[in-house]
Parts: sequence; structure tokens; C-alpha cells
Amino acid sequence: MKNEWPLWEVFIRGQHGMSHRHVGSLHAPDAETAVKNARDVYTRRNEGVSIWVVEAKHISATAPGDKGPLFEPSESKVYRHPTFFKIPGEVGHM
Amino acid sequence: MATDKDNLYQFLLRLGDSSLILSHRTSEWCGHAPVLEEDIALANTALDLIGQAQMWLEYAGEVQGEGKTPDDIAFQRDAWDFRNVLLTELPNGDFGRTLLRQFLFDAYQSILMGRLIKSSDVTVAAIAAKTMKEVTYHVERSADTVVGLGDGTPESHTRMQEALDYLWPYVGELFQGDEVDIAMFQAGISPTPETLREEYDALVGRVLSEATLTVPESQFSHKGGRTGAMHTEHLGHLLSTMQWLQRAYPGCEW
Repeated sequence: MKNEWPLWEVFIRGQHGMSHRHVGSLHAPDAETAVKNARDVYTRRNEGVSIWVVEAKHISATAPGDKGPLFEPSESKVYRHPTFFKIPGEVGHM
Repeated sequence: MATDKDNLYQFLLRLGDSSLILSHRTSEWCGHAPVLEEDIALANTALDLIGQAQMWLEYAGEVQGEGKTPDDIAFQRDAWDFRNVLLTELPNGDFGRTLLRQFLFDAYQSILMGRLIKSSDVTVAAIAAKTMKEVTYHVERSADTVVGLGDGTPESHTRMQEALDYLWPYVGELFQGDEVDIAMFQAGISPTPETLREEYDALVGRVLSEATLTVPESQFSHKGGRTGAMHTEHLGHLLSTMQWLQRAYPGCEW
């Protein structure tokens, strides 16, 4: 018998208009309790306005071993960054 | 003859002391809860309760008018001067009993605070409004845990039923009014405790039945906490831990 509660990944939105960010994980018997636990573990210091939880097993991830083929090709494509444009001073911060 | 001021002071002590003593009990779990998530949740609850105690006792100090701070009131009284309900001073027992005691108290607080929001005393109403937000979460959380453990494994169910049998005789005290309560009612500050019972029984009955727990039939009820007539033997032990530092080093600050 497996006694361990499932693992949940926790995502918190810090302010309105921002996106949810992964902040960590925790154990809980069900989704509702996971949200409550997330509230208690990750928002004690006023960090958030919204919480998402998802059971870790539902997350599909890239394999660390595939880092080369997946990400290295883009390293040499500097032209994909719009860094060659001169931004007029009047535009200010972008 | 007790004056209005004395009655209000007693009323505020009852609210403040119940939060204070339950806060201390809950804090005893810090670092000992069965899982990290529950450990932090209990510590959060304890901190909410101590925040409430601070507000009630600060107002109590003002009403009393002897220049006492919430710390003076919390740490420099002996057991017979405390006015918390007995339920809050009972030993934690196992995790299930702690959460059941929490639920029985949270349910009471959620109903009482809902009424105190409309108090004629603006300070009481303001403290109740702030407390209500905390309590709404507390009662949801403790109710879920009571249902989870009560309707859980045979082992957890048995323990929860034992916990309910142990705690239930301390519930009646929450609804036993006296002359202080009547004075508060007449001043429009608070409802009398008896009038909260029906709503309480409905809320608690619903959760306990979902938790497959049976409410004991006996109507017997311990009393003496909120009047200060007689506390359980457990309060003195609790205070000796809680007050030790201020007793050994009076006025110590850090």
C-alpha cells in the first residue's frame, strides 16, 4: 500500500495582470486540499492573488538528455532577436 | 453591582482569552505535525489566533483604563483570571483531536463573528470583521480535515469518534450565558450565547454527519471557563509554559 499523498505543483499569480509562476510543490490527498495547503505554505507573506495546482504526474516535460537537439540550434540564431534595430530616444523604455 | 465598563471588559477578555489560549495550544504542534503542510497550516492558524487575541486584549486594556498592554494582560494574570472557554485549554491529544477541537471552536467563532460585525460598539465590529475573514478559512480547513479523518480509515474513524466523545461535553459552555452576556445584549454589543446554538448545531451536525461521527447523547456540559469560576487542571500547566519568560524576566523585550 502506498501511504504517500500525491505530489502537486503550485503556481501563483503575484499580482493582477501577471501570469502564474511555478513556485514549488507539496503533498496533498486531493486538489481542494492542495489549494489550501498551497495557500498556507506559499502565500503566508502576501505573495499571491491566485493559486493553481496541478498533480505533478499530469505534467509532461522535456528530457534533460534532449537539451542538445532541442535548445542548442537556437543559440546560433542571433538574428531571431530584434537587437539590430536602433530605438529612437523618444520611444523610451520598451 | 457590575458597571457597564466591567461587563464590557469581561466580555472582551472572554473573546481574547479564548483566542490566546487556543493559539498557544495550536502552536504546540509547531515542528511536530504529521506532515510539513499541516505543520505550517497549524502555525498559520496559531498566528491568526494570536493576532485576534492581541486586538481583543488591547481593547480590553483600553476599557479597563489602567494602562495595561495586551502583553501585560496575557502574561501577568494567573489561571483564575482567565476567561477562555474550557474547550480551548484542553490538551491537544492526537492530530485528529486537535483538528476536531479546532473545528468545534471555528464553527462557534464563525457564527459569533458574523453577529458581532453588526455590534453597536464600532471597535468590536471592526475586530469581528477582520477576524471573520480568518475564521472563514479556518472553519473550511478544519471541517475538511474532520470529514477526511472521520470518514477515513477504521483507525482514523475510531480516533475521531473518541475525540468527539471527549470534546463534546465542553461544547455546551459556549452557549451558556450569564449577566455579562445579558448586559452586552442590552447594549446592542453582542447577541446572547443561547441564540447562537441552533445555527451552530446545524453547521456542526452537517459536518459531523458527513464525517460519519455520532454526537454523544448526554447533555452534560462542563463549565466555568468563560466565567472564571473553575478552569480545568490543564490551564495552569499551559500558562507555566506560555508565561515563563515574562515571569522569569519581567518586562523583558527583544
